[in-house]
Order: sequence, then structure tokens, then C-alpha cells
Amino acid sequence: MSPLAKLLRWDSVVGALLVAVFLVGTGTTDGFADTANLSAALNDIAEVALIALPMTLLVVAGQVDLSVASMLGLSSALAGSLWDAGWAFELIVPVCLLVGALGGLLNGWLVTRVGLPSLAVTIGTLALFRGLASVVLGTKAVADFPESYAQWATYTQTVPGTFIPYPVALFAVLAVVAAVVLHGAGFGRSLFAIGAQEDAAYFAGIRVKRIKLALFVVSGTVASFAGIVYTLRYGSARADNGFGLELVVIASVLLGGIDFDGGKGTLGGAVAGVLLVGLLRNLLTLNDVSSEIQVVVTGVLLIASVLTPRLVAVLTERRHRRAATEPVP
Amino acid sequence: MTTALDKPPAHAAPARTGDARTLVDAVFRAREAAIGGALVLLVLGTWIANPAFLDSQGVKDLLLNASILVLLAVGQSVVVVTRNIDLSVGSVVGLTAFTCGDFVSGSSHGPVVTMLLGIAVGALCGLVSGALVSLGKVPALVVTLGMLYVLQGVDYALAEGGQINAVNLPEAVLSLGSGSVLGIPYLPLIAALVLAATAYYLRTYRSGRELYAIGSSPEAARLAGIPIRRRVLAAYVFSGAVAGLAGALWLARFGTVVAGAATGWELTVVSAVVVGGVAITGGTGSVWGAALGALLLTTISGALVVLKVDPFWEQAITGALLILAITADRVVQVRTTNALRKRSRR
Repeated sequence: MSPLAKLLRWDSVVGALLVAVFLVGTGTTDGFADTANLSAALNDIAEVALIALPMTLLVVAGQVDLSVASMLGLSSALAGSLWDAGWAFELIVPVCLLVGALGGLLNGWLVTRVGLPSLAVTIGTLALFRGLASVVLGTKAVADFPESYAQWATYTQTVPGTFIPYPVALFAVLAVVAAVVLHGAGFGRSLFAIGAQEDAAYFAGIRVKRIKLALFVVSGTVASFAGIVYTLRYGSARADNGFGLELVVIASVLLGGIDFDGGKGTLGGAVAGVLLVGLLRNLLTLNDVSSEIQVVVTGVLLIASVLTPRLVAVLTERRHRRAATEPVP
Repeated sequence: MTTALDKPPAHAAPARTGDARTLVDAVFRAREAAIGGALVLLVLGTWIANPAFLDSQGVKDLLLNASILVLLAVGQSVVVVTRNIDLSVGSVVGLTAFTCGDFVSGSSHGPVVTMLLGIAVGALCGLVSGALVSLGKVPALVVTLGMLYVLQGVDYALAEGGQINAVNLPEAVLSLGSGSVLGIPYLPLIAALVLAATAYYLRTYRSGRELYAIGSSPEAARLAGIPIRRRVLAAYVFSGAVAGLAGALWLARFGTVVAGAATGWELTVVSAVVVGGVAITGGTGSVWGAALGALLLTTISGALVVLKVDPFWEQAITGALLILAITADRVVQVRTTNALRKRSRR
């Protein structure tokens, strides 16, 4: 790939947009570049960012998990009701993670063993998990979590010496892990292979089913962990926590240039997409732009993210064709 | 009907194709019969447990509740058949319900104007989605997800925090939602008309069959000379128009509309379509099935209320049934394929 083509790739464009938003924000808006504001802005998207990592791997492999936000809600409801029942928080966390892993296992089993499309399966489990969440906690809200736990998730408490809140720090660590998994080893190449041509990947000796199953389990587990973060961050466990968040996660990932048809994209792009949505929203909020317009901006960006590479491709092709037909002087 | 679809697969022995085709037909008919059967069992069971479920008011409620979902499912299945998806329908309903409400509030416009306006606004939304999908050749899920946000934002911006109130609406518009002809409420009547017309079109017209060809194999459809772009664009415009009609009916039925009404419905609609046997991978299924799926989902929630099942369980049960339905569908599919393979080998 030529350097110019690489620069024009959508994930590089998103990276550039991210820098542009940051610079414009710093230049035009008082308080935007303050560490306190950046902490808050980053922490505001902590759950979306966390879930986006396994989602990136899934989409690269040609799959999707729409049940993540419902798993977040189920995990939150479970944490709330167990806390209500007097459990220690140190015990609640592993139980929630286990439930997340089991939920992911169910998705993965239906996709790999029964052979169903992941979009259909996870629409089903989206309803199922959200339903179970309301069975577990009803319309109650549990809010009496002690400060000593909540401080791990709020942005007022940061990793000592930095302005990075703990959930964001965790995201940074996991993002590095995910980047290594996707781009640094044979496993990542398997994901791209599965996403590009599943049958070919299978015949090339890649254990397609096992890998897909593992991805769904990881996705469920991370979503349930995000549920705990969400619960502590807002100090409130509710069954409808994170309602509709699945579309935000997918929008962020796709914005980062991950091709929904599978087989294409970079983790850096996905992370840039997540951060772009977060910073842009924060910047717009600081400038008193209504949340309605913020929603429109997200939508337009998303559409642009699929149209731009397509337009570039068409224009390049046209130029090549013209170059080919021009007479040699 | 002599489209590529009806031709037997090349490897099948010619003498047996009639056989094979009947078998496939039978299975797919059985598929809809199965949903229909489940629906009948559910209705009967609930009726025995609580006869109030089927008194005239109960039936009326059931039909009224189902109408809007049936309409949306019909529109969605036309898109899904072409191996695409329209996630923006919830936003389209919200937007059209609000625009129509805003337009007719305090005026003397009738139900026909309301519905036409809804259809026009919805078709416009569908045109934008469809143009982006078919001309831009980009994944439908991403485009319509983007449109979901854009339309939702437009809806909120138009509403400016206000809402449409039933008291300001013309009596004639409200009576569209509550009135009936010969004892049948208008809403299910309209839904049934749209359903029947769409089913007839998909079955009988060449362009209708071509939608299936596109979904089965876009590449083959292209080589067969089917104008894919135009067909997909038309499918989106239709889906948008039907969603717009649904939005107008939503206004007539509920009277009070806040911005963001019907958000989150897109996944319910896709559920109904999938339960109804329209494969998310395109090429198969019928609008009858999709409508039955919508009716089944509505009836389940209605039955759970009548049976005094803890409402908290409702969504979990719906989810479990959805998974069960697609699993059953898949099992039948695998069996059919195996049976066909066996026949062609003989």
C-alpha cells in the first residue's frame, strides 16, 4: 500500500479528525483541555469503550453481538440484588463475570453449533438478557453502594500521578491487549481470515468455531464487567441500565473503519472512533449544543464513515482509468 | 413465473425436480403453518385460562396493538428479503407521528391527509436510506444505523421539548385510531390491506420475484440482468413509506406523541420478521410469515397480561421464544437440505 493510500484510509482519517477535534476544542473552548474535563469526558464513555474492544474483534471476524447492552443491564441488576441481599462486593464481581461468560457462551453456542446468524441470535438474547435483568431486580433501583467501591469508577478518583480514572486506565490496558491479539499474532490473522472468507479460513486449518465461541464469551464477560463499572459510576443498579447502548458501541466501532462485512479494520481505528465520539460529545456539550444535535452528528459521522472510503475508491478508479486511456505524449 | 428462482438446481436430476420443488414448498408452507399453529394454541390456551381474552374488547385490543407492528414487519421483510436491513424504522415512526401531529394539530385536516403526509415523509426517509445503500454500495446496517440517529435527532429538534396533545388533534384523525367499520377497527383493516397487496405483489409481479433473486444471490441477480440498485432503492422507499403510514396510525391511535416515540422498535420489528421465517441472510420468507410473527409477538405480551404473568418475565419469554423460533427454523432448513440431497442422489 502506498503511503498516500495509507494516509487516506478511513481509520487514519478518524485519527486525524480526533486530533482536529482536540485542537479545535483546546483553542475555542475554555476548560476543554483541563485535565478534570478530559478525565470526565473519557470516563463518560468508559463502558462503551470497554465493550468496543471485543466488539471490534467480533466484527473483524464477521460477527456482531447486539446483546452487550442487555448483558450490561443484567450484570447491573444482578450486582444490585446481590448487594441488597447482603453479599460482599468482592464476591458479586466474579458472579457477574461468570454470568456474562455464560451469556456469551449461549450466544456463541447458538452461532457455532446451531449455525444461526449472529445478528438474529443476539437480537434474541438482547431481549432475553434484558428480560432476565428485570426479573432479577424489577423496577427497583439499588443505590446504597459505599463510597469505597464507587470511587473506583468515578472520575474524581484517578490513577495516582495522572488524570486517568481507573476504568479508562483499564481500557487502555485492555486496548493494548486487544491490539496485540488482533495485529501482533497469528490469532489476529485468523480473525481477519474468518471475516474475509469463513469457508476458506476453515479449509486453511483455522478452528473457526472455537475462535468464534471464544470471542462471544469474551464479549459477554467484558459487557458484564462494564455493567459493574456502570453501576458504580452512577451509584445505581437498575435493570434498564445502558438501554440502547449496543447501537452506540457498534456505531463507534464502525466509525473507526471496521468493515461490518468483516475482514477489514484496525484496532487503532476502533479506539479512535470511540474517543472521537466521546470527545466530540464533550466538546459539543461544553458549547451548549443540544443532545439532539449531538445524536445527529453521530449519525452523520457514521454514514460518512462508510461513504468516504467508497467515494475515494470510486474517484481513484476513475483517475486510473483516465490515466490509462490518455495517449502517451 | 419464470425467474431464475424457480429453475431447479443444476445438479438435481430433471425428472425429480417437481418432487423437490413440492417438498421445499411444503416445508415453507409448513413453516408458516407452524407459526400459525403456535398462535392458535396460544390464543386457545389463554382463552381457556381466561375467557375475557377473547371477548370483543380483548380481540379489538389485540388487533389494534398488532396493526402497527404488522405494518412495520411487512415493510421490513421486503427489505430483508433483498439481504438488507432497515434499522431506522423506529425513528421514522417517531418522526412521522410527530410531523403529522404537528401538521394537523388545531386544523381541520382529515385522516386521509394525515396518512398521505405520513407516507410521504416516510418515503422520503426511505429514499435517503435507500439511495445511500444502493448507490453508495455500503453496508445497510451501518447506513440505517446512522439514519436512525439522524432522524431521531431531527425528531427531537422539531419537537423542541414539546409534545403533540390529543386535545389539539382533529376529531376525524383520532377516530381513525378508535373507529371501526362493520365492527372491524380501521387500523387492522389498513394493515391487512397493505399486507395483502404486498404479498400479492411479491408473489405475482416479476419485480417482486426479483427482490428474492437479489437476496438469494446478488451476483447471480446482477448477471441475470436484474436492476439491483433500482430494486433495492424501491424496497427502502416502500419500507419507509409503510413506516410513515405506521407513524400516522400511531398518532391516530395514541393521540399524545412525544419526540422519540417508538425508539427501540427497530429491533422488535426485526424480531417479528425473523420469528416469521424471513431469513436475515435474504432470499426467503414471506410477508404473511412476517405478519404472523408480529401477531405472535403481540399476542404473547397480551396473553401474559391476561394470564397475570409477572410483567417482568414478559421480555425474557419473548427473547427465549425468538431464539427457539430461529433454532427451529434452522433445524427444518438443515433437514430439508439433507432430504433434497438424498433425493437428488437417488
